[in-house]
Amino acid sequence: MSLWEYANPRKFMAWTAPVLPWAFGLAAVSLTVGLVWGFFFTPDDFRQGSTVKIIYLHVPAALMAINAWFMMLVASVIWLVRRHHVSALAARAAAPVGITMTLMALFTGAVWGSPMWGTWWAWDPRLTSFLILFLFYLGYVALWEAIEDPDTAADLTSVLCIVGSIFAVLSRYAVNFWNQGLHQGASLSLDAEENVADVFWFPLLVCIAGFVALFVALVLLRTRTEIRLRRIRALDARSARA
Amino acid sequence: MPDLGTYATEVLSAYAVSFVLLVAIVGLSWRRARRVKRELEQRDG
Repeated sequence: MSLWEYANPRKFMAWTAPVLPWAFGLAAVSLTVGLVWGFFFTPDDFRQGSTVKIIYLHVPAALMAINAWFMMLVASVIWLVRRHHVSALAARAAAPVGITMTLMALFTGAVWGSPMWGTWWAWDPRLTSFLILFLFYLGYVALWEAIEDPDTAADLTSVLCIVGSIFAVLSRYAVNFWNQGLHQGASLSLDAEENVADVFWFPLLVCIAGFVALFVALVLLRTRTEIRLRRIRALDARSARA
Repeated sequence: MPDLGTYATEVLSAYAVSFVLLVAIVGLSWRRARRVKRELEQRDG
């Protein structure tokens, strides 16, 4: 069976139904373990004090804010190339989750930055590109809502998503590109020497797993809702014609 | 409860707001899913 057959709305509904409770369960367990471990059972940092505990929210949220946009980019490109409706609906379903993650990353970053940098906000390359990414998310959702024809909406939002990807890349690599500003480099790296200390690193990994599972669960749930809404509209249109 | 020292407000507000945001997105998504599912079941008869 071709991989694309899983994107058939009927098949998508069938295979996601049993996956959904597992995804939500995995998210609940990972987030509970990771956040309780990080908040209650890790020490303060010798320079940042207890604010280091914000890392368990800020880093996973920022990671998911950027990766949600990349998931939307892949789904949008699939829509533009192969016209699979489920991919367009999955991109639409992911946007509010991405907005939530971006908002969380911006807020936790601001309250962490306030005591560490002496300011809530600075027009630093990473912070600024992240704010622009947030505005792109809002624009993306607004564009979907503004256009009545679903295929036209999917086309235009896909183009917007491709353009916005520049800021998703900048959000991730701004620090490396400009090498200036307040925000430090990546907290996570394949180079072990650049990572945070193990005592913070392991609970952080569990939290990241929890955020990934939550994102997957929410996108599946919301995509299923979008498919059902599309079916309702089709039924309405059919009864209007009759 | 760990001793958060002088940064208690920052740490607790970060956790509180994040918790509210996560509960809101899960709750709203779940509620909408249930409403739409019910609506479709009524139409399909």
